Amino acid sequence: MTCLPASTEKKLGLVIDLDTCVGCQACVTSCKEWNTGGHMAPLTDIDPYGGQVDGVWFNRVHAYEHTTEAGGRTVHFPRSCLHCETPACVTVCPTGASYKRTSDGIVLVDEDKCIGCKLCSWACPYGAREFDTDVGVMKKCTLCVDRIYNDNIAPEDRVPACVAACPTSARHFGDLGDPDSAISQLVAERGGVDLMPELGYRPTNKYLPPRARTERAATVPAPALEAVKVEGGFLGWVDRMLSA
Amino acid sequence: MHPAYSVIFFTTATGAGYGLLAFLGVAGGFGLIEGGFWFRLVSLGLALALISAGLLSSTAHLGRPERAWRAFSQWRSSWLSREGVASVATFVPAGLFGIGWVLLGKQGGWVAATGLLSAIAAAVTVCTTAMIYASLKPIAQWSSKFTLPGYLIFAAMTGSVLFNALLALLDEPRTPAMLFAIVSGMVGWGWKSATWQHNDSLVATTTLNSATGLAGGTVRSIEWPHTEENYLLKEMGFAVARKHAMKLRVIAQALAFAAPLFMLATAFSFSDIGGLAVVLSVAAALSQLAGMLVERWLFFAEAKHTVTLYYGR
Amino acid sequence: MSAASRAANSAPSQRPLGVAAPAEGDGVETSPEVADRVAKTTCYMCACRCGIDVHIKDGKVRYINGNKDHPVNRGVLCGKGSAGIMQHYSPARLKKPLLRTGPRGSGEFREIEWDEAMRIATERLSHIRQTDPKKLAFFTGRDQSQSLTGWWAAKFGTPNFAAHGGFCSVNMAAGGLYTIGGSFWEFGEPDWERTKFFMLFGVAEDHDSNPIKIGLGKLKARGAKVVSVNPCRTGYNAIADDWIGIRPGTDGLFVLALAHELLKAGKVDLDYLMAYTNAPVLVIQEPGAADDGLFLRSNDDRPLAWDREAGAAVSALDPYIKPALTGVHHVNGRRCVPVFQLIAERYLDEAYSPDAVAERCGVDAATIRRIAAELAHVAFEQAIELPVAWTDWAGRRHETMRGRPIAMHAMRGISAHSNGFHTCRAIHLLQVLLGTVDVPGGFRFKPPFPKLAPPGPKPAGKDGGKPMTPLAGMPLGFVTGPEDLLVDESGKPVRIDKAYSWEAPLAAHGLMHTVIRNAWAGDPYRIDTLFLYMANMAWNSSMNTVETLTMLTDKDEQGEYKIPFIIYSDAYYSETVPYADLVLPDTTYLERHDCISLLDRPISHADGPGDAIRHPVVEPDRDVRPFQTVLIELGARLGLPGFVKEDGSPVYRDYADYIVNHERLPGIGPLAGWRGEEGETFGTGKPNPDQLQRYIDNGGFWHHELADNQRFYKMANRSYLEFAVRMGFKERMGPVHFQLYSEPLQKFRLAARGHGPAVPPEAERARLEAHMDPLPFWYEPFEHAAVDKTRYPLNALTQRPMHMYHSWGSQNAWLRQITSQNRLFVHRQTAAELGIADDDWVWIVSVNGRVKGQVRLVDGVNRQTVWTWNAIGKRRGAWGLKDDAGESSRGFLLNHIIGDRLPAGADRYSNSDPVTGQAAWFDLKVRIEKCAPGEAGFTEPQFQRLAQPPHLPAAPDKLSFGAEFRKKREAAE
Ligand SMILES: Nc1nc2c(c(=O)[nH]1)N[C@H]1C(S)=C(S)[C@@H](COP(=O)(O)OP(=O)(O)OC[C@H]3O[C@@H](n4cnc5c(=O)[nH]c(N)nc54)[C@H](O)[C@@H]3O)O[C@H]1N2
Ligand SMILES: Nc1nc2c(c(=O)[nH]1)N[C@H]1C(S)=C(S)[C@@H](COP(=O)(O)OP(=O)(O)OC[C@H]3O[C@@H](n4cnc5c(=O)[nH]c(N)nc54)[C@H](O)[C@@H]3O)O[C@H]1N2
Ligand code: SF4
Ligand code: SF4
Ligand code: SF4
Ligand code: SF4
Ligand code: SF4
Ligand SMILES: [Mo]
Repeated sequence: MTCLPASTEKKLGLVIDLDTCVGCQACVTSCKEWNTGGHMAPLTDIDPYGGQVDGVWFNRVHAYEHTTEAGGRTVHFPRSCLHCETPACVTVCPTGASYKRTSDGIVLVDEDKCIGCKLCSWACPYGAREFDTDVGVMKKCTLCVDRIYNDNIAPEDRVPACVAACPTSARHFGDLGDPDSAISQLVAERGGVDLMPELGYRPTNKYLPPRARTERAATVPAPALEAVKVEGGFLGWVDRMLSA
Repeated sequence: MHPAYSVIFFTTATGAGYGLLAFLGVAGGFGLIEGGFWFRLVSLGLALALISAGLLSSTAHLGRPERAWRAFSQWRSSWLSREGVASVATFVPAGLFGIGWVLLGKQGGWVAATGLLSAIAAAVTVCTTAMIYASLKPIAQWSSKFTLPGYLIFAAMTGSVLFNALLALLDEPRTPAMLFAIVSGMVGWGWKSATWQHNDSLVATTTLNSATGLAGGTVRSIEWPHTEENYLLKEMGFAVARKHAMKLRVIAQALAFAAPLFMLATAFSFSDIGGLAVVLSVAAALSQLAGMLVERWLFFAEAKHTVTLYYGR
Repeated sequence: MSAASRAANSAPSQRPLGVAAPAEGDGVETSPEVADRVAKTTCYMCACRCGIDVHIKDGKVRYINGNKDHPVNRGVLCGKGSAGIMQHYSPARLKKPLLRTGPRGSGEFREIEWDEAMRIATERLSHIRQTDPKKLAFFTGRDQSQSLTGWWAAKFGTPNFAAHGGFCSVNMAAGGLYTIGGSFWEFGEPDWERTKFFMLFGVAEDHDSNPIKIGLGKLKARGAKVVSVNPCRTGYNAIADDWIGIRPGTDGLFVLALAHELLKAGKVDLDYLMAYTNAPVLVIQEPGAADDGLFLRSNDDRPLAWDREAGAAVSALDPYIKPALTGVHHVNGRRCVPVFQLIAERYLDEAYSPDAVAERCGVDAATIRRIAAELAHVAFEQAIELPVAWTDWAGRRHETMRGRPIAMHAMRGISAHSNGFHTCRAIHLLQVLLGTVDVPGGFRFKPPFPKLAPPGPKPAGKDGGKPMTPLAGMPLGFVTGPEDLLVDESGKPVRIDKAYSWEAPLAAHGLMHTVIRNAWAGDPYRIDTLFLYMANMAWNSSMNTVETLTMLTDKDEQGEYKIPFIIYSDAYYSETVPYADLVLPDTTYLERHDCISLLDRPISHADGPGDAIRHPVVEPDRDVRPFQTVLIELGARLGLPGFVKEDGSPVYRDYADYIVNHERLPGIGPLAGWRGEEGETFGTGKPNPDQLQRYIDNGGFWHHELADNQRFYKMANRSYLEFAVRMGFKERMGPVHFQLYSEPLQKFRLAARGHGPAVPPEAERARLEAHMDPLPFWYEPFEHAAVDKTRYPLNALTQRPMHMYHSWGSQNAWLRQITSQNRLFVHRQTAAELGIADDDWVWIVSVNGRVKGQVRLVDGVNRQTVWTWNAIGKRRGAWGLKDDAGESSRGFLLNHIIGDRLPAGADRYSNSDPVTGQAAWFDLKVRIEKCAPGEAGFTEPQFQRLAQPPHLPAAPDKLSFGAEFRKKREAAE
């Protein structure tokens, strides 16, 4: 199982728009909520009401300040499994518990096989694997595999929980292996990037970088204002306008 | 990386155990050393005990140890699985060798062959262990050209220092083993120093810029996703203060290299110091193993996982 | 509408794959059963009122997602809403009515039966009602049932009623309602579909939580420009194209400088001003006269304007006049000038030039000029035109709807300052000068707004309430002059909170933040019972928490509590529960009926009105009752008019019954949908016995889409106005004229000069003269002016975390993991100058005290400003948290050092806006000091740990929510 498929039929994944994400945590809690009763249930919380609270989460949102010569900006950064094409998290797994699906490219853990050696979490550069100390197995984002094909929920709801919830529409979902898919086009249009490309994991998920300020449609080409040049100044101008 | 004691003990113990096994396999199998039944039993027993204890302790680190058997299945891709297979496979020649060399008191012939095979299997197992770490790209200190040779060198070094101590107990001072222990100790020291030097001058190719895809300038973490420590931080966010690490490096060098080398060199230089040579040899072994525990601790503690970038560590 | 387009997240890159599960053969169950049933109701993890689908499996809540048909959230859910499960199953849920046994504040209680609880409350309140009803002070918080609670108070006969609005954002409500007849808050919204330039002032989260996020997503997708004016660069402000890190409390200057630039350049919409505002109205300019500054009026009391063609003063409301906007006109020997001339004169003054304000605002003059130029450019060069014909109130047909695509939104960053009312008015002035209110691309009213500016009715209770007599109207309303104030002949406040007094004349929402102090001090009088509902007044909703706690427990010479009796309804073990003598435990939001009514805070959006309900989707497992039902029963037990029939029997069975059958005016009830016996009509109509079921069948809400020609220019759009009258939003047909110049304010000014039917005491006059300016102006916030800025150089603010609702999010096992300790965010440079490093612990010192917290250094904040997340700090023992919880050991509450009164030295007015009484939370000035090494690592002040009420379960060490669903699934396999 832990040998990677030579290729997958689809490359399902997420695209996250850092230009739009406001860091609201909706994707974080909606993910927790769906998944704690879902395929990898439960997402255990230890000391949930105490000082050392520590739970299993598949998606976590960081906040950064990015300072360049052009100025500074605050960037909210959701982080979850990127469903990499050549992920060592899978190949290091000694038991076959970790695997990449041939059909859709989703990287999953088979909890029944997992011995909890944690090696996959060491092998994931992105910190996408979460160990559940209570049950002693590794858990991770399932790309909501129990939602996206689920015949028991409304067809329109068959997208990852985090994508459905995101109030700013900063999250996208689809087949990144199909260059014609809407999501691939979005990535192309917006110059989506890989995280840590130098490590060679070839993440499927892409991040859309915040648009440089000058490239945004948002710059308004406004000429500087000039005081009205009419006798009587502004009030004179008003009179003139009204009698025109 | 979090220095888990079970894993530290595991690498130190199995390293020494496999090293010792290899020496016994070759030296014993080919009749380079004599030693009676008890010597043979104790020395091979020690080697196998170290290996077994190490392996057992590593399962303590597992979330579901009862399923450990599953770890043998993925040898085609996983170094951890290969290690499991190799470690168990090593018991086959080692067991046969034990029957021949210890129980039957034989050497040469098929015993030599199994001894040699044991040595090879031991080396292979050490390599698989090393490769577990060496193949982890998210940890630059491990995924380096120093890791694999390091494991082999330390196995040889700790194996030989143990071997020497055992021989000393057998009242066989100043054997080639002692020389080997001295030389490998020096090589080990050199290798470790070079490794540290290499690690200290590592220029991280992976930065918070590449981790976030935010190009140029500086990226600073201002808020974590959760205010308390989580699994990622506990497991991979372990960081040791530089000052503390430097102190530990000195201790590790003193215990693992300087002291044993000094003691072995003393024992080697002065013949006819009688019992003292035995004491020195045993002390050298104990000191080195203690030092290697510290070194292993540092091996983990000083290893920086890319996920820490996300947390601004 | 198709499923694809009605949902917010329905871009092609957000749609389902639409394929069957592939045959992977890995044994993954891709189609598990998620729910036995799905109940559609309304979220109450905050006051935004989103529609939710609650998936229930085996009687437990499995999952909550957004309702795609719902007009508020269109399928999305925020971080809180998605964590509703953990709120519903919180270990801090109260179990049974409680009667205090230990000293007040200790948390020692015994459980009592509901019957006993109701008896105790009834006896106490009945006595008050028979003797002096104002001795009951009934104040409610974050609930959404003020139309019920206010009505109850009126029937009880106490004027002492208000909800949280007075400390929340009454500056925005009053600023808007007195100016444009509508307001920001959640009562208006940008035209997210069309705006090209969006300015956001002082908003971290807002009541319009998901709508703003959905909207920002749309702006981003369209590439519209977003400008944020905020000292802090977080959240919404982080994704703005332009972040203007303004110095707190100076927005008024900044905005008026923009107005200055626009006026100077002639970039104002004169047609719009003439058609929809009082810009042409003539103002009497006769210094010293009793009517100086009032509108020149006709005999029939219509304001007059100067007709340029007729050369005479004519009714300003006549749609066909050609009004003058400038000039001095003499009418009947009186010197008059149009409002617009006053505006031009004031704001063209160099005092409002960018250069003059730049330093004070911390925004450079070039930036102000650039923004002004951009506003002008977008408004006048990028105007849009919708091909929709409409008819104005006077019957004139317009072939298109013209729009100036600039939208603004503002909230507490503006309101929570003591100059917030005027700053809010300044923003509305700017919007109106540009002609952007309720036009395509601009700021839009949500029905039932706009109303008249200000809307009717006036506050009732001037006589202070008479025994056994209901008030003549509702306790809260809108004053239009000094004669409407609730003061006695000597000028003394009638209300315990001093709302509608000379101290806070336009206190449209009351002053909840003054109640405890005034009741404690017996100023203006002693009360008997303080009845609180859903407001954590012993902690995060009070200013000056430390003193508030002592006031709640202080005793008089006889050893009696100065506030004799406190009744409180909460659903959870909050910090306030221990301060109650009688606790009425409420249900959670999934266990009760609620009504999100057009009479209160509906779910309308700009394209049409709507309202919604909550209904019980799971059964309570504790002995708790919905508060509204309890209140209705209490009303009946007391025999309040409206709550009992002739024979003394209750009119309403419970709240559900009330929601359906109560009629405020004939045909107008709490819900507008499916009225009439058959549910055949909406807006007005007979009660419909099946109404709640119709709501449930429709997903928990009712919504009406306006016709295309009703959607804009609602202040003057005949078709819309007719609809509004039919719905009961407005009493009669007629336009809403924007009041750039506010005559009611001038009336107070005149009173301060000794004119008119009611004049203030001498001591109040200067303050009124200064602040009751009929045109918006800027003054330094009171605390800024009062403290020594060399000792307290920094401004200290709070912001709402998007994933927490005030104090109640911390009992939520999921949300508190995100933030269980708040930091003090300090600019890197500022910290460096003070020798403070990241993670250091510091004292935050104000004139009111000091509190300790840990710093986090950032760049994205105004250099003179520090801030923290609001309401994370908790008291040990509350909220079901363990003693070592970060919230009480490391988190801190800024409220401890926010004064509820102005600093000593100045007259000790409440720390509020002088016009509306809005609490000035954000005027706080502080310094920070690195704390001694031994002081690091824990917060101070620390408070006595609260004892646990009976049967509150100890917090579990582990939570495996969801495991049972899986076990069940696996067993079934
Ligand atoms: N420093 C600072 N302080 C502030 C602010 C600020 O910006 N900075 N903001 C102010 C503003 S605008 C506001 S509105 C206030 C809000 O402050 P509060 O009105 O105190 O709001 P909450 O803390 O949300 O909760 C009020 C209480 O309602 C209870 N409750 C929750 N659900 C239910 C229920 O279903 N039934 C009943 N009966 N009770 C329930 C909670 O347990 C809690 O005790 O805070 C104010 N305080
Ligand atoms: N998630 C969540 N949502 C909520 C609430 C909650 O507790 N949590 N509470 C609800 C309630 S009761 C309310 S009242 C609303 C309030 O919603 P908001 O109005 O968003 O309230 P705050 O979070 O207090 O944000 C105030 C903002 O104003 C900024 N600010 C402070 N002073 C100034 C100033 O002088 N000028 C400018 N331009 N900006 C300034 C602050 O930096 C901050 O960003 O939110 C509601 N929604
Ligand atoms: S993100 Fe990590 S866990 Fe996910 S596939 Fe890539 S390497 Fe594996
Ligand atoms: S923890 Fe489980 S999934 Fe991860 S490598 Fe070990 S066995 Fe595989
Ligand atoms: S795809 Fe599903 S599991 Fe993965 S982060 Fe989103 S919600 Fe969580
Ligand atoms: S839900 Fe959307 S906006 Fe909110 S944190 Fe997640 S990606 Fe960002
Ligand atoms: S914004 Fe408020 S009402 Fe809407 S989902 Fe979030 S918590 Fe619920
Ligand atoms: Mo509020």
